[in-house]
Amino acid sequence: MQRRTITVSGIVQGVGFRPFVYSLASQLKLVGFVQNRSGQVSIEAEGSLTALDHFTEQLRSKAPALARIDRLSSHSIPVRHENHFQILASETTLAADVFVSPDMAMCADCRRELFDPADRRYRYPFLNCTQCGPRLTIIHRAPYDRVNTTMAAFEMCAACRAEYENPMDRRFHAQPIACPACGPRLQLLDEIAVPIESADPLASFVAEIKQGKIGALKGIGGYHLVCLANDDAVVNRLRQRKHRQQKPFAIMVRDCTQAAKWCRIDAAEQQRLLSPQRPIVCLRKRNEAVGISDAIAPGNAFLGVMLPYSPLHELLLDCVGDDPLVMTSGNRSDEPIAYQDADAAERLRGIADRFLVHDRPIRVRCDDSVTRVIAGRESPIRRSRGAAPMPITLPFHCPQPVLAVGGQRKNVFALATGTHAFLSHHIGDLDDLSALDSFQRDIGLYEQLFGITPRVLVHDLHPDYASTSYAIQRAKRESLLAFAIQHHHSHLASCMAEHGIESDVIGVVFDGSGFGGDEAVWGGEFLIGGYRSFKRAAHLRPVRLPGGDKATKEPWRVALSYLTMASCDAEGWRSGIDQAIGPNAVRIVQQMIDRGFNSPWTSSAGRLFDAVAAITGVRQTVHFEGQAAMELETLALQSDCAQTYALNMTDPVDTRPLIRGVVADCKNKVDTTLIARRFHNTLAAITVQTCIQLAKSASIDRIVLSGGVFMNTLLATLISEQLEAKGLNVFTHQRVPANDGGIALGQLAIAAHALQSGNIALKSR
Amino acid sequence: LGHGSGGKLSADLIQRVFLAELGNEVLSSLEDSATLSLDSQTNLPNHRNSGPRIAFTTDSFVVKPLFFPGGDIGKLAVHGTVNDLAVAGATPLYLSAAFILEEGFAIESLQRIVVSMRQACDEAGVTLVTGDTKVVDRGKGDEVFITTTGIGLHAANRELSIRNARPGDQIIVSGTIGDHGMTIMSTREGIEFETALESDTAPLNDLTRVMLDACPSIRVMRDPTRGGVSSTLNELATASKVGISLDEASIPVRAEVHSACEMLGLDPMYVANEGKLIVVVPEQDCQSLLTVMKQHSRGRDAAVIGSVVADHTGMVVMRSLIGGQRVVTMLAGEQLPRIC
Ligand SMILES: [Fe+3]
Ligand SMILES: [Mg+2]
Ligand SMILES: [Zn+2]
Ligand SMILES: [Zn+2]
Repeated sequence: MQRRTITVSGIVQGVGFRPFVYSLASQLKLVGFVQNRSGQVSIEAEGSLTALDHFTEQLRSKAPALARIDRLSSHSIPVRHENHFQILASETTLAADVFVSPDMAMCADCRRELFDPADRRYRYPFLNCTQCGPRLTIIHRAPYDRVNTTMAAFEMCAACRAEYENPMDRRFHAQPIACPACGPRLQLLDEIAVPIESADPLASFVAEIKQGKIGALKGIGGYHLVCLANDDAVVNRLRQRKHRQQKPFAIMVRDCTQAAKWCRIDAAEQQRLLSPQRPIVCLRKRNEAVGISDAIAPGNAFLGVMLPYSPLHELLLDCVGDDPLVMTSGNRSDEPIAYQDADAAERLRGIADRFLVHDRPIRVRCDDSVTRVIAGRESPIRRSRGAAPMPITLPFHCPQPVLAVGGQRKNVFALATGTHAFLSHHIGDLDDLSALDSFQRDIGLYEQLFGITPRVLVHDLHPDYASTSYAIQRAKRESLLAFAIQHHHSHLASCMAEHGIESDVIGVVFDGSGFGGDEAVWGGEFLIGGYRSFKRAAHLRPVRLPGGDKATKEPWRVALSYLTMASCDAEGWRSGIDQAIGPNAVRIVQQMIDRGFNSPWTSSAGRLFDAVAAITGVRQTVHFEGQAAMELETLALQSDCAQTYALNMTDPVDTRPLIRGVVADCKNKVDTTLIARRFHNTLAAITVQTCIQLAKSASIDRIVLSGGVFMNTLLATLISEQLEAKGLNVFTHQRVPANDGGIALGQLAIAAHALQSGNIALKSR
Repeated sequence: LGHGSGGKLSADLIQRVFLAELGNEVLSSLEDSATLSLDSQTNLPNHRNSGPRIAFTTDSFVVKPLFFPGGDIGKLAVHGTVNDLAVAGATPLYLSAAFILEEGFAIESLQRIVVSMRQACDEAGVTLVTGDTKVVDRGKGDEVFITTTGIGLHAANRELSIRNARPGDQIIVSGTIGDHGMTIMSTREGIEFETALESDTAPLNDLTRVMLDACPSIRVMRDPTRGGVSSTLNELATASKVGISLDEASIPVRAEVHSACEMLGLDPMYVANEGKLIVVVPEQDCQSLLTVMKQHSRGRDAAVIGSVVADHTGMVVMRSLIGGQRVVTMLAGEQLPRIC
């Protein structure tokens, strides 16, 4: 007979951990108790030695799906000879130690109840339990108790309360617990958001959708716009109303079998689709995707697909049947997704024909996560619902609380304390007022939720990012230390941090643009270094960026720049754009390039894609970020050619031979798929050759790939495979996005490292 | 990166270097011109409140090219100072002019500039009463720099200040924006657009006189020169501790300026103006003021572009053409690419 005290920390509260411990202890005939104590679970268990060993082992191996055990310590104490095992009332908890769980997709048990006619929650769209349901999106403040959530306004009925209070029930302390008698209800609204009487709002809504109408659906982290995905007319109408001309829409389908009708799905992708995070997964479209409108993702080899994640979605898809649904963010153009009812009613007016809403307020705007799988490894595009605010473990201890404010677009901020890095949900483009509001408000929320009061603020080097201004002003106001980190250094550190790499690496950072601190715009970088410092070892040969950000929307400008640099005539192309763009504009842009007027130098890899897309006639202007590169990739994927264009052997980052090769191919009317493929091959070769040279000279064999350009599956795969074939170790992003959604993690890691080594003067302002 | 671009870096320089050492209540208020009382010599704060009051301002002009469609450096030097006095609500009276000439600068050019200044003074009804000339070695200057200083007279009981905007007030711009800056840039760079651009440089004192006569309740006037309308409105939002909400569709921009901005990748909101003003007025007087402005030759294209709000204090937010709410920030310096 022995007694042990066991302390478990991690995500162990609000996830059904105590009932689990209780039943495990009962099975093993142990006595003692379990109790929540300031964010940890304390257990005292008494019984035979083997039973106790089993118990300790199974605490980890059989823990509830939502739980995450970060630490488990146990030691022996004197026996007490009790009679039974019990759940003791919680000690008041300190916010600091409690992790708030992300919002989780409906669990299998709840799903069973949802479709069980005998269950009291049969077809109730808001059922949930300790294993599933809304979390981050409904919380006002820590600790995570019902009174501190948007469920506070709903008084539990007797039946729900009994479940809530019963340690043996799977809804024991399920904060958002609800049922048809006491919980949120659906409501149908017309096109100007005026309530419509309906006995079955969901059925009425679905009937409208089936007739080709556009619906606004209030979900977990915001509003979606919904319509049939197989109806060209309605999809195009949605594009028009939303002012979203070509950017792909995500679709929601019933299950994997449906998804497989239109997309090729491998095991890793299926696992992501079905995971409790339920992200949008970008899947390769089948060649003949019949039954899905071409207007969903025009010119794109991939289709963003997700499965229902809330009971409301399940019921919706159940009513709709086998038809796929467009499920896109409820907004106009590029603004943040609407999540507050009044705001949604106003902003979605003129877009939605019907609204299906409910009376459970959303507190935190949280977009769907987006991911993809490259060569069996996950490669996140947006880490948001389902993932945030789950912490990422830092490779070393952060000695002081730090806030990293991230970038400008695709903003994500992050807080660190100890070894935990809490990355926020996707905040979005800080040019937009409501995104900037969320940024400021949700920083406050996270600080309160995790009990972190930052002493140090880190921001990007760019002076005009709204996040930079926020950090500088706040540091001044609160007398905190603020320092700037170069954009691509953050990218590099971000990839290192998620892999726990501590020593120096070679970082290939390819993205759109980042402030270099030297008047130039960086973005095709080969860096050598680590958290502490870095050296810009090589970069793509710079070109003029005529019109700055304007050039990002008009690839023909960058093409003109590249052609000028490479001294190519490309007469055919020039006369083509004279026609398409107008000779006057082309002449003026040429003049800007020649004189360097409002045309900063840039080494951006993203712009190289744009230039090639324009020269090959794929497109001269883009409707959304990355469109030209995506379309170029789509074309390249249709060829399996292995050829490259000529390389400059002495100076591999010289892109002029590549441009000349592309121009020659275009002149010879070579098929665009082939040109696109040769371009990808060449950029991969340039990268690989440069890395091999640097690896040799610096004696480093670890290569990290980061930056938004690595969203490109083909490029990432080619580079990784070739570098690995040379015996180098390649690290790609698997937990945070390679794009700017990941830079807050890098900023944190650099700051934490600097603080730890007393090297805080690093690039300090 | 320019400390001279009228953005955050310029503001920083002023705060950290000049105000740190030279700051006093008048200088630190950062109005377009200083308001001073001639009565009392002892107690600074009282300078602004008692007896006859003057407006006092100074400005240096460095511009490339010296001559451009619609004007030249001489006109600018007069208009700039006259307008700083005018938007303070004063009647401009006297000017001084100091010239720094680079050795070898053509006397004919200087003559042209001086003739132009005389005409500008005549038009504005001000007298140039004192001046100075220095010559620096070749290569130590850039042809010619001009500094003008001006004195104007305030009417009794009128107090315009950048701190006066209140939620509910309306914001009017007196005409199309971006004309001057785009003209200078395209002339300097030798860029020819299909339609020729012309600077809007003009004296505003007659317009402001008419406006103040018709509408004594005007709270603030500013001329959005360097840094453009955005910088001026950001300064206003900060100084008055209010938010500013703009409507993109209502902002008057000449078609040729718009298309020039599109081509060059510049935002007209950040481009300099030399003959326009922004006025903040209580809502109930807005329409009558607008009518008066539209009847004046310098305010024909006047438009209400937005309002002062209690939300988003210190920020300027613009409702875009398709409905988004874009934060219009004060840039650090030049417009730098931000899209990653
Ligand atoms: Fe980036
Ligand atoms: Mg001035
Ligand atoms: Zn459940
Ligand atoms: Zn109930």
